[in-house]
Amino acid sequence: MKVGVLALQGDFREHLSALGECGVTGKLVKTSSEVSEIDALIIPGGESTTISKLAKSFGLFDLISKRIADGMPTYGSCAGMILVAKSILDPASGQETFGGIDMQVRRNAFGRQTESFEVDLELTGISGAPIRGVFIRSPWVENYGSGVDILGSLEVDGKSHPVAVQEGRVLATAFHPELTGDNQVHRYFLEEVCNK
Amino acid sequence: MSKANETEVGGARVKRGMAEMLKGGVIMDVVNVEQAKIAEDAGAVAVMALERVPADIRAQGGVSRMSDPDMIEKIQAAVSIPVMAKVRIGHFAEAQILQTLNVDYIDESEVLTPADYEHHINKWNFTIPFVCGATNLGEALRRISEGAAMIRSKGEAGTGDVSNATTHMRKIGGEIRRLTSMREDELYVAAKELQAPYALVKEVAETGKLPVVLFTAGGIATPADAAMMMQLGADGVFIGSGIFKSGDAAKRAAACVKATTYFTDAKVVADASRGLGEAMVGINVADIPVPHRLAERGW
Repeated sequence: MKVGVLALQGDFREHLSALGECGVTGKLVKTSSEVSEIDALIIPGGESTTISKLAKSFGLFDLISKRIADGMPTYGSCAGMILVAKSILDPASGQETFGGIDMQVRRNAFGRQTESFEVDLELTGISGAPIRGVFIRSPWVENYGSGVDILGSLEVDGKSHPVAVQEGRVLATAFHPELTGDNQVHRYFLEEVCNK
Repeated sequence: MSKANETEVGGARVKRGMAEMLKGGVIMDVVNVEQAKIAEDAGAVAVMALERVPADIRAQGGVSRMSDPDMIEKIQAAVSIPVMAKVRIGHFAEAQILQTLNVDYIDESEVLTPADYEHHINKWNFTIPFVCGATNLGEALRRISEGAAMIRSKGEAGTGDVSNATTHMRKIGGEIRRLTSMREDELYVAAKELQAPYALVKEVAETGKLPVVLFTAGGIATPADAAMMMQLGADGVFIGSGIFKSGDAAKRAAACVKATTYFTDAKVVADASRGLGEAMVGINVADIPVPHRLAERGW
Protein backbone atom coordinates (compact mmCIF):
# COMPACT_ATOMS: atom_id res chain seq x y z
CA MET A 1 0.00 0.00 0.00
CA LYS A 2 1.33 3.44 -0.99
CA VAL A 3 0.64 6.06 1.66
CA GLY A 4 0.96 9.67 0.53
CA VAL A 5 1.38 12.76 2.68
CA LEU A 6 -0.04 15.94 1.15
CA ALA A 7 3.00 18.22 0.92
CA LEU A 8 1.57 21.59 -0.12
CA GLN A 9 2.32 23.28 3.20
CA GLY A 10 2.63 22.41 6.89
CA ASP A 11 4.33 19.69 8.94
CA PHE A 12 4.25 16.98 6.27
CA ARG A 13 7.80 15.80 7.05
CA GLU A 14 6.80 14.97 10.64
CA HIS A 15 3.98 12.76 9.31
CA LEU A 16 6.41 11.12 6.90
CA SER A 17 8.77 10.37 9.84
CA ALA A 18 5.90 8.95 11.91
CA LEU A 19 5.01 6.62 9.02
CA GLY A 20 8.66 5.59 8.78
CA GLU A 21 8.73 4.74 12.49
CA CYS A 22 5.69 2.51 11.83
CA GLY A 23 7.68 0.70 9.13
CA VAL A 24 5.92 2.33 6.17
CA THR A 25 7.78 4.33 3.52
CA GLY A 26 5.42 7.19 2.80
CA LYS A 27 5.56 9.52 -0.19
CA LEU A 28 5.23 13.29 -0.22
CA VAL A 29 2.63 14.23 -2.85
CA LYS A 30 1.89 17.62 -4.37
CA THR A 31 0.88 17.01 -7.98
CA SER A 32 -2.25 15.43 -9.44
CA SER A 33 -0.27 12.54 -10.93
CA GLU A 34 1.30 11.81 -7.53
CA VAL A 35 -2.12 11.93 -5.83
CA SER A 36 -3.50 9.53 -8.46
CA GLU A 37 -0.84 6.93 -7.62
CA ILE A 38 -1.39 6.61 -3.87
CA ASP A 39 -3.68 4.23 -1.98
CA ALA A 40 -4.06 6.30 1.22
CA LEU A 41 -3.51 9.92 2.18
CA ILE A 42 -2.45 11.91 5.24
CA ILE A 43 -3.33 15.62 5.30
CA PRO A 44 -0.92 17.33 7.70
CA GLY A 45 -1.16 20.21 10.12
CA GLY A 46 -0.60 23.64 8.64
CA GLU A 47 -2.71 26.55 7.54
CA SER A 48 -5.95 25.14 6.13
CA THR A 49 -6.65 28.22 3.98
CA THR A 50 -3.22 27.99 2.33
CA ILE A 51 -3.50 24.25 1.68
CA SER A 52 -6.96 24.53 0.11
CA LYS A 53 -5.95 27.49 -2.08
CA LEU A 54 -2.85 25.68 -3.36
CA ALA A 55 -4.89 22.53 -3.98
CA LYS A 56 -7.29 24.58 -6.11
CA SER A 57 -4.56 26.41 -8.02
CA PHE A 58 -2.82 23.19 -8.99
CA GLY A 59 -5.84 21.05 -9.91
CA LEU A 60 -5.67 18.81 -6.84
CA PHE A 61 -8.81 19.91 -5.08
CA ASP A 62 -11.49 18.03 -7.01
CA LEU A 63 -9.22 15.02 -7.43
CA ILE A 64 -8.61 14.66 -3.69
CA SER A 65 -12.31 15.24 -2.93
CA LYS A 66 -13.28 12.53 -5.38
CA ARG A 67 -10.68 10.04 -4.16
CA ILE A 68 -11.81 10.52 -0.55
CA ALA A 69 -15.46 10.13 -1.61
CA ASP A 70 -14.51 6.95 -3.50
CA GLY A 71 -13.15 5.41 -0.31
CA MET A 72 -9.43 6.24 -0.18
CA PRO A 73 -8.31 5.85 3.47
CA THR A 74 -7.50 9.35 4.70
CA TYR A 75 -6.21 10.82 7.95
CA GLY A 76 -6.15 14.55 8.72
CA SER A 77 -4.56 16.25 11.74
CA CYS A 78 -5.58 19.79 12.76
CA ALA A 79 -5.69 21.65 9.40
CA GLY A 80 -6.23 18.16 7.95
CA MET A 81 -9.29 17.72 10.19
CA ILE A 82 -10.70 20.99 8.86
CA LEU A 83 -10.06 19.89 5.28
CA VAL A 84 -11.90 16.54 5.64
CA ALA A 85 -14.92 18.16 7.29
CA LYS A 86 -18.11 18.52 5.29
CA SER A 87 -18.29 22.19 6.30
CA ILE A 88 -16.62 24.92 8.38
CA LEU A 89 -18.58 27.03 10.85
CA ASP A 90 -16.32 30.06 10.41
CA PRO A 91 -14.50 29.73 7.08
CA ALA A 92 -12.14 32.33 5.66
CA SER A 93 -13.69 33.99 2.60
CA GLY A 94 -14.13 31.40 -0.14
CA GLN A 95 -12.54 28.60 1.92
CA GLU A 96 -13.74 25.13 0.89
CA THR A 97 -13.02 21.63 2.15
CA PHE A 98 -12.38 18.24 0.53
CA GLY A 99 -15.07 16.62 2.67
CA GLY A 100 -15.08 13.02 3.89
CA ILE A 101 -16.61 13.20 7.36
CA ASP A 102 -20.18 14.36 7.93
CA MET A 103 -19.27 17.07 10.44
CA GLN A 104 -18.97 20.80 10.86
CA VAL A 105 -15.79 22.12 12.51
CA ARG A 106 -14.97 25.38 14.24
CA ARG A 107 -11.53 26.74 13.34
CA ASN A 108 -9.20 27.98 16.11
CA ALA A 109 -11.91 26.76 18.50
CA PHE A 110 -9.70 26.81 21.61
CA GLY A 111 -8.40 30.31 20.85
CA ARG A 112 -5.25 31.88 19.50
CA GLN A 113 -1.69 30.63 19.92
CA THR A 114 -1.40 31.95 23.51
CA GLU A 115 -4.12 29.38 24.35
CA SER A 116 -2.40 26.46 22.60
CA PHE A 117 -1.88 23.56 25.00
CA GLU A 118 -1.03 19.92 25.67
CA VAL A 119 -3.25 17.45 27.53
CA ASP A 120 -3.43 13.68 28.08
CA LEU A 121 -6.24 12.13 26.05
CA GLU A 122 -7.91 8.74 26.17
CA LEU A 123 -9.03 7.62 22.74
CA THR A 124 -11.57 4.84 22.21
CA GLY A 125 -10.13 1.97 20.23
CA ILE A 126 -6.77 3.67 19.58
CA SER A 127 -4.67 3.81 22.67
CA GLY A 128 -3.84 1.59 25.57
CA ALA A 129 -2.07 4.38 27.37
CA PRO A 130 -3.27 8.00 27.20
CA ILE A 131 -1.97 9.98 24.23
CA ARG A 132 -0.36 13.36 24.70
CA GLY A 133 -2.58 15.66 22.64
CA VAL A 134 -0.77 18.73 21.28
CA PHE A 135 -3.36 21.37 20.35
CA ILE A 136 -2.07 24.33 18.32
CA ARG A 137 -4.76 26.84 17.30
CA SER A 138 -6.80 23.67 16.88
CA PRO A 139 -10.33 23.16 15.65
CA TRP A 140 -13.00 21.07 17.34
CA VAL A 141 -16.05 19.32 15.95
CA GLU A 142 -19.13 21.47 16.44
CA ASN A 143 -21.83 19.21 14.86
CA TYR A 144 -21.74 15.73 13.35
CA GLY A 145 -23.98 13.19 11.66
CA SER A 146 -25.14 9.85 13.03
CA GLY A 147 -22.52 7.90 11.04
CA VAL A 148 -19.58 9.60 12.75
CA ASP A 149 -17.75 7.73 15.53
CA ILE A 150 -16.37 9.91 18.30
CA LEU A 151 -13.03 8.45 19.40
CA GLY A 152 -12.09 11.21 21.83
CA SER A 153 -13.45 14.42 23.29
CA LEU A 154 -12.26 17.27 25.43
CA GLU A 155 -14.35 19.07 28.00
CA VAL A 156 -14.25 22.88 27.98
CA ASP A 157 -16.34 24.83 30.49
CA GLY A 158 -18.53 21.81 31.16
CA LYS A 159 -19.22 21.09 27.49
CA SER A 160 -17.80 18.17 25.56
CA HIS A 161 -16.19 18.74 22.17
CA PRO A 162 -15.07 15.88 19.89
CA VAL A 163 -11.37 16.10 18.96
CA ALA A 164 -10.83 12.66 17.38
CA VAL A 165 -13.40 11.26 14.96
CA GLN A 166 -13.82 8.62 12.28
CA GLU A 167 -16.38 7.95 9.61
CA GLY A 168 -15.74 4.88 7.50
CA ARG A 169 -12.23 5.16 6.10
CA VAL A 170 -11.64 8.78 7.09
CA LEU A 171 -9.96 9.60 10.41
CA ALA A 172 -9.36 13.07 11.87
CA THR A 173 -7.74 14.51 14.98
CA ALA A 174 -7.76 18.13 16.15
CA PHE A 175 -4.32 17.55 17.71
CA HIS A 176 -0.87 16.67 16.36
CA PRO A 177 0.37 13.14 17.23
CA GLU A 178 3.12 13.72 14.64
CA LEU A 179 4.83 16.16 17.03
CA THR A 180 5.09 13.76 19.96
CA GLY A 181 6.98 10.68 18.79
CA ASP A 182 3.99 8.60 19.98
CA ASN A 183 2.79 6.82 16.84
CA GLN A 184 -0.34 5.10 18.18
CA VAL A 185 -2.66 7.18 16.00
CA HIS A 186 -0.58 6.51 12.89
CA ARG A 187 -0.53 2.77 13.67
CA TYR A 188 -4.28 2.80 14.15
CA PHE A 189 -4.68 4.54 10.78
CA LEU A 190 -2.43 2.02 9.02
CA GLU A 191 -3.75 -1.12 10.73
CA GLU A 192 -7.41 -0.37 11.44
CA VAL A 193 -8.41 2.20 8.80
CA CYS A 194 -6.29 1.39 5.74
CA ASN A 195 -6.54 -2.38 6.10
CA LYS A 196 -10.28 -2.62 6.66
CA MET B 1 -12.87 12.43 29.35
CA SER B 2 -10.01 14.91 29.61
CA LYS B 3 -10.76 18.43 30.72
CA ALA B 4 -9.22 21.56 29.31
CA ASN B 5 -8.26 22.70 32.82
CA GLU B 6 -5.78 19.83 33.09
CA THR B 7 -3.78 21.33 30.29
CA GLU B 8 -0.24 22.63 29.97
CA VAL B 9 -0.37 25.99 28.17
CA GLY B 10 2.53 27.74 26.47
CA GLY B 11 5.18 25.01 26.78
CA ALA B 12 8.12 24.68 24.40
CA ARG B 13 6.35 22.04 22.31
CA VAL B 14 3.33 24.17 21.41
CA LYS B 15 5.56 27.21 20.81
CA ARG B 16 7.92 25.33 18.51
CA GLY B 17 5.02 23.32 17.10
CA MET B 18 3.25 26.49 15.98
CA ALA B 19 6.27 27.24 13.77
CA GLU B 20 6.15 23.68 12.38
CA MET B 21 2.63 24.47 11.11
CA LEU B 22 3.94 27.50 9.20
CA LYS B 23 6.53 25.49 7.27
CA GLY B 24 6.44 25.64 3.50
CA GLY B 25 4.56 28.91 3.75
CA VAL B 26 4.94 32.64 3.24
CA ILE B 27 4.51 35.18 6.07
CA MET B 28 3.72 38.64 4.72
CA ASP B 29 4.23 42.11 6.21
CA VAL B 30 0.99 44.12 6.20
CA VAL B 31 0.25 47.64 7.44
CA ASN B 32 -3.57 47.69 7.29
CA VAL B 33 -6.70 45.54 7.07
CA GLU B 34 -6.88 45.73 3.29
CA GLN B 35 -3.36 44.35 2.87
CA ALA B 36 -4.02 41.65 5.49
CA LYS B 37 -7.03 40.43 3.50
CA ILE B 38 -5.04 40.43 0.25
CA ALA B 39 -2.36 38.35 1.99
CA GLU B 40 -4.90 35.86 3.36
CA ASP B 41 -6.61 35.53 -0.02
CA ALA B 42 -3.24 34.94 -1.68
CA GLY B 43 -2.54 31.98 0.64
CA ALA B 44 -0.19 33.52 3.23
CA VAL B 45 0.24 31.25 6.29
CA ALA B 46 0.41 34.29 8.57
CA VAL B 47 0.70 38.07 8.47
CA MET B 48 3.10 40.38 10.29
CA ALA B 49 1.19 43.46 11.44
CA LEU B 50 3.34 46.59 11.51
CA GLU B 51 2.92 50.31 10.94
CA ARG B 52 5.64 50.75 8.36
CA VAL B 53 7.23 48.12 6.15
CA PRO B 54 11.03 48.05 6.31
CA ALA B 55 11.41 50.01 3.04
CA ASP B 56 9.51 52.92 4.61
CA ILE B 57 11.33 52.62 7.94
CA ARG B 58 14.52 52.92 5.95
CA ALA B 59 13.28 55.87 3.88
CA GLN B 60 11.72 57.81 6.75
CA GLY B 61 14.33 57.10 9.41
CA GLY B 62 13.77 57.90 13.09
CA VAL B 63 13.11 55.46 15.92
CA SER B 64 10.91 52.55 14.94
CA ARG B 65 8.79 50.85 17.64
CA MET B 66 6.06 48.29 18.31
CA SER B 67 2.81 49.01 16.43
CA ASP B 68 -0.30 50.59 17.95
CA PRO B 69 -2.42 47.88 19.67
CA ASP B 70 -5.53 49.23 17.92
CA MET B 71 -3.94 48.65 14.53
CA ILE B 72 -2.91 45.09 15.49
CA GLU B 73 -6.38 44.27 16.82
CA LYS B 74 -8.06 45.51 13.62
CA ILE B 75 -5.92 43.12 11.61
CA GLN B 76 -6.63 40.26 14.06
CA ALA B 77 -10.35 40.90 13.57
CA ALA B 78 -10.07 40.99 9.77
CA VAL B 79 -8.30 37.68 9.08
CA SER B 80 -8.46 34.11 10.41
CA ILE B 81 -4.80 33.22 9.79
CA PRO B 82 -2.17 33.81 12.52
CA VAL B 83 -1.13 37.40 13.19
CA MET B 84 2.43 38.20 14.25
CA ALA B 85 3.85 41.51 15.44
CA LYS B 86 7.30 42.95 16.10
CA VAL B 87 8.96 44.25 19.23
CA ARG B 88 12.31 46.01 19.56
CA ILE B 89 15.28 43.85 20.51
CA GLY B 90 15.38 43.60 24.30
CA HIS B 91 12.09 45.45 24.86
CA PHE B 92 10.35 42.99 27.18
CA ALA B 93 7.58 45.48 28.08
CA GLU B 94 6.51 45.71 24.43
CA ALA B 95 6.45 41.90 24.40
CA GLN B 96 4.29 41.85 27.55
CA ILE B 97 1.82 44.11 25.72
CA LEU B 98 1.69 41.87 22.64
CA GLN B 99 1.10 38.84 24.86
CA THR B 100 -1.98 40.51 26.37
CA LEU B 101 -3.24 41.20 22.82
CA ASN B 102 -3.08 37.45 22.07
CA VAL B 103 -0.83 37.97 19.07
CA ASP B 104 0.16 34.53 17.73
CA TYR B 105 3.93 35.10 17.43
CA ILE B 106 6.32 37.89 18.42
CA ASP B 107 9.22 38.85 16.17
CA GLU B 108 12.03 40.34 18.28
CA SER B 109 13.28 42.23 15.29
CA GLU B 110 16.34 44.16 14.20
CA VAL B 111 14.09 46.00 11.74
CA LEU B 112 12.88 48.10 14.68
CA THR B 113 15.30 50.27 16.65
CA PRO B 114 16.92 48.15 19.40
CA ALA B 115 15.89 48.96 22.97
CA ASP B 116 18.84 47.16 24.57
CA TYR B 117 22.26 46.85 22.98
CA GLU B 118 23.39 44.12 25.36
CA HIS B 119 20.48 41.82 26.22
CA HIS B 120 17.77 40.18 24.19
CA ILE B 121 14.42 39.37 25.83
CA ASN B 122 14.33 36.35 28.16
CA LYS B 123 11.74 34.58 26.05
CA TRP B 124 11.26 31.69 28.51
CA ASN B 125 9.26 34.13 30.67
CA PHE B 126 6.48 34.22 28.10
CA THR B 127 3.76 31.79 27.01
CA ILE B 128 3.68 33.48 23.59
CA PRO B 129 6.30 32.17 21.14
CA PHE B 130 9.10 34.31 19.67
CA VAL B 131 10.92 34.31 16.35
CA CYS B 132 14.36 35.94 16.23
CA GLY B 133 16.79 36.80 13.46
CA ALA B 134 20.26 35.32 13.01
CA THR B 135 23.17 35.86 10.62
CA ASN B 136 25.02 32.73 11.69
CA LEU B 137 24.64 29.51 13.69
CA GLY B 138 26.07 30.90 16.93
CA GLU B 139 23.61 33.78 16.92
CA ALA B 140 20.72 31.37 16.16
CA LEU B 141 21.69 29.08 19.06
CA ARG B 142 22.08 32.03 21.47
CA ARG B 143 18.52 33.10 20.60
CA ILE B 144 17.25 29.54 21.05
CA SER B 145 18.96 29.34 24.45
CA GLU B 146 17.05 32.54 25.39
CA GLY B 147 13.79 30.79 24.42
CA ALA B 148 13.24 31.62 20.74
CA ALA B 149 10.86 28.99 19.26
CA MET B 150 11.65 29.85 15.65
CA ILE B 151 14.62 31.42 13.82
CA ARG B 152 14.69 33.43 10.64
CA SER B 153 17.90 34.16 8.85
CA LYS B 154 18.42 37.90 8.63
CA GLY B 155 18.68 39.61 5.31
CA GLU B 156 18.85 43.30 4.60
CA ALA B 157 15.20 44.21 5.11
CA GLY B 158 13.52 46.79 2.94
CA THR B 159 15.98 46.59 0.05
CA GLY B 160 14.62 43.98 -2.35
CA ASP B 161 18.24 42.79 -2.51
CA VAL B 162 18.32 39.11 -1.61
CA SER B 163 22.12 38.81 -1.36
CA ASN B 164 22.35 39.16 2.42
CA ALA B 165 19.63 36.57 3.01
CA THR B 166 21.57 34.22 0.74
CA THR B 167 24.81 34.84 2.64
CA HIS B 168 23.18 34.14 6.00
CA MET B 169 21.27 31.03 4.88
CA ARG B 170 24.46 29.61 3.35
CA LYS B 171 26.40 30.51 6.48
CA ILE B 172 23.94 28.84 8.88
CA GLY B 173 23.62 25.76 6.66
CA GLY B 174 27.38 25.49 6.20
CA GLU B 175 28.07 25.76 9.93
CA ILE B 176 25.47 23.05 10.65
CA ARG B 177 27.04 20.72 8.07
CA ARG B 178 30.48 21.37 9.58
CA LEU B 179 29.25 20.36 13.06
CA THR B 180 27.83 17.08 11.77
CA SER B 181 31.31 16.01 10.59
CA MET B 182 33.05 16.71 13.92
CA ARG B 183 34.28 14.30 16.55
CA GLU B 184 32.69 14.66 19.97
CA ASP B 185 35.80 16.21 21.53
CA GLU B 186 35.90 18.84 18.77
CA LEU B 187 32.37 19.96 19.59
CA TYR B 188 33.55 21.57 22.84
CA VAL B 189 35.84 23.88 20.88
CA ALA B 190 33.09 24.47 18.31
CA ALA B 191 30.75 25.59 21.10
CA LYS B 192 33.40 28.02 22.33
CA GLU B 193 33.97 29.39 18.84
CA LEU B 194 30.24 29.68 18.09
CA GLN B 195 29.72 31.30 21.52
CA ALA B 196 26.75 29.00 21.97
CA PRO B 197 25.71 26.51 24.68
CA TYR B 198 27.42 23.12 24.31
CA ALA B 199 24.15 21.16 24.71
CA LEU B 200 22.60 22.93 21.71
CA VAL B 201 25.78 22.54 19.63
CA LYS B 202 25.78 18.81 20.37
CA GLU B 203 22.09 18.52 19.46
CA VAL B 204 22.67 20.23 16.10
CA ALA B 205 25.70 18.00 15.43
CA GLU B 206 23.57 14.89 16.06
CA THR B 207 20.44 15.91 14.16
CA GLY B 208 21.98 17.99 11.36
CA LYS B 209 19.43 20.75 11.84
CA LEU B 210 18.38 23.49 14.21
CA PRO B 211 16.11 22.36 17.06
CA VAL B 212 13.52 24.88 15.81
CA VAL B 213 12.09 25.85 12.44
CA LEU B 214 14.32 28.06 10.25
CA PHE B 215 12.68 30.63 7.98
CA THR B 216 14.44 33.25 5.92
CA ALA B 217 13.80 36.98 5.64
CA GLY B 218 15.11 40.22 4.21
CA GLY B 219 15.16 41.37 0.61
CA ILE B 220 12.96 38.63 -0.88
CA ALA B 221 10.94 40.23 -3.70
CA THR B 222 10.21 37.63 -6.41
CA PRO B 223 8.98 34.02 -6.74
CA ALA B 224 12.50 33.12 -7.85
CA ASP B 225 13.96 34.63 -4.65
CA ALA B 226 11.56 32.49 -2.60
CA ALA B 227 12.41 29.34 -4.57
CA MET B 228 16.14 29.95 -4.15
CA MET B 229 15.87 30.43 -0.40
CA MET B 230 13.81 27.23 -0.07
CA GLN B 231 16.43 25.33 -2.07
CA LEU B 232 19.10 26.72 0.26
CA GLY B 233 17.29 25.01 3.14
CA ALA B 234 14.77 27.53 4.46
CA ASP B 235 11.60 26.02 5.95
CA GLY B 236 9.60 29.01 4.68
CA VAL B 237 9.92 32.71 3.90
CA PHE B 238 9.02 36.10 5.30
CA ILE B 239 8.28 38.71 2.66
CA GLY B 240 8.24 42.26 3.95
CA SER B 241 8.33 45.20 1.60
CA GLY B 242 8.60 42.96 -1.47
CA ILE B 243 4.86 42.46 -1.94
CA PHE B 244 3.11 45.67 -1.04
CA LYS B 245 5.84 47.86 -2.53
CA SER B 246 5.33 46.23 -5.94
CA GLY B 247 2.91 46.83 -8.82
CA ASP B 248 0.28 44.10 -8.48
CA ALA B 249 0.50 43.04 -4.83
CA ALA B 250 -2.25 40.39 -4.90
CA LYS B 251 -0.77 38.63 -7.91
CA ARG B 252 2.80 38.81 -6.60
CA ALA B 253 1.70 37.49 -3.20
CA ALA B 254 -0.05 34.46 -4.74
CA ALA B 255 2.93 33.86 -7.03
CA CYS B 256 5.38 33.80 -4.10
CA VAL B 257 3.12 31.32 -2.26
CA LYS B 258 3.14 28.99 -5.29
CA ALA B 259 6.92 29.26 -5.72
CA THR B 260 7.49 28.48 -2.04
CA THR B 261 5.52 25.22 -2.30
CA TYR B 262 6.83 24.12 -5.71
CA PHE B 263 10.35 25.47 -5.18
CA THR B 264 11.99 22.50 -6.89
CA ASP B 265 9.77 22.75 -9.98
CA ALA B 266 11.28 25.50 -12.15
CA LYS B 267 8.35 25.35 -14.58
CA VAL B 268 5.90 26.26 -11.83
CA VAL B 269 8.19 29.05 -10.62
CA ALA B 270 8.51 30.30 -14.22
CA ASP B 271 4.72 30.39 -14.63
CA ALA B 272 4.36 32.14 -11.28
CA SER B 273 6.88 34.75 -12.44
CA ARG B 274 4.91 35.81 -15.53
CA GLY B 275 3.15 39.16 -15.76
CA LEU B 276 3.62 40.25 -12.17
CA GLY B 277 4.05 43.92 -13.03
CA GLU B 278 6.74 46.02 -11.51
CA ALA B 279 8.81 44.57 -8.66
CA MET B 280 9.86 46.84 -5.82
CA VAL B 281 12.58 49.14 -7.08
CA GLY B 282 15.01 48.18 -4.36
CA ILE B 283 18.35 49.34 -3.06
CA ASN B 284 21.65 47.53 -3.45
CA VAL B 285 22.92 46.53 -0.02
CA ALA B 286 26.40 47.61 -1.08
CA ASP B 287 25.11 51.19 -1.45
CA ILE B 288 23.92 51.32 2.17
CA PRO B 289 26.53 52.59 4.64
CA VAL B 290 27.37 49.89 7.20
CA PRO B 291 25.94 51.79 10.21
CA HIS B 292 22.55 51.86 8.47
CA ARG B 293 22.39 48.13 7.76
CA LEU B 294 19.67 46.46 9.80
CA ALA B 295 21.14 42.95 9.69
CA GLU B 296 24.14 44.20 11.69
CA ARG B 297 21.83 44.79 14.66
CA GLY B 298 21.68 41.99 17.23
CA TRP B 299 24.54 40.04 18.73
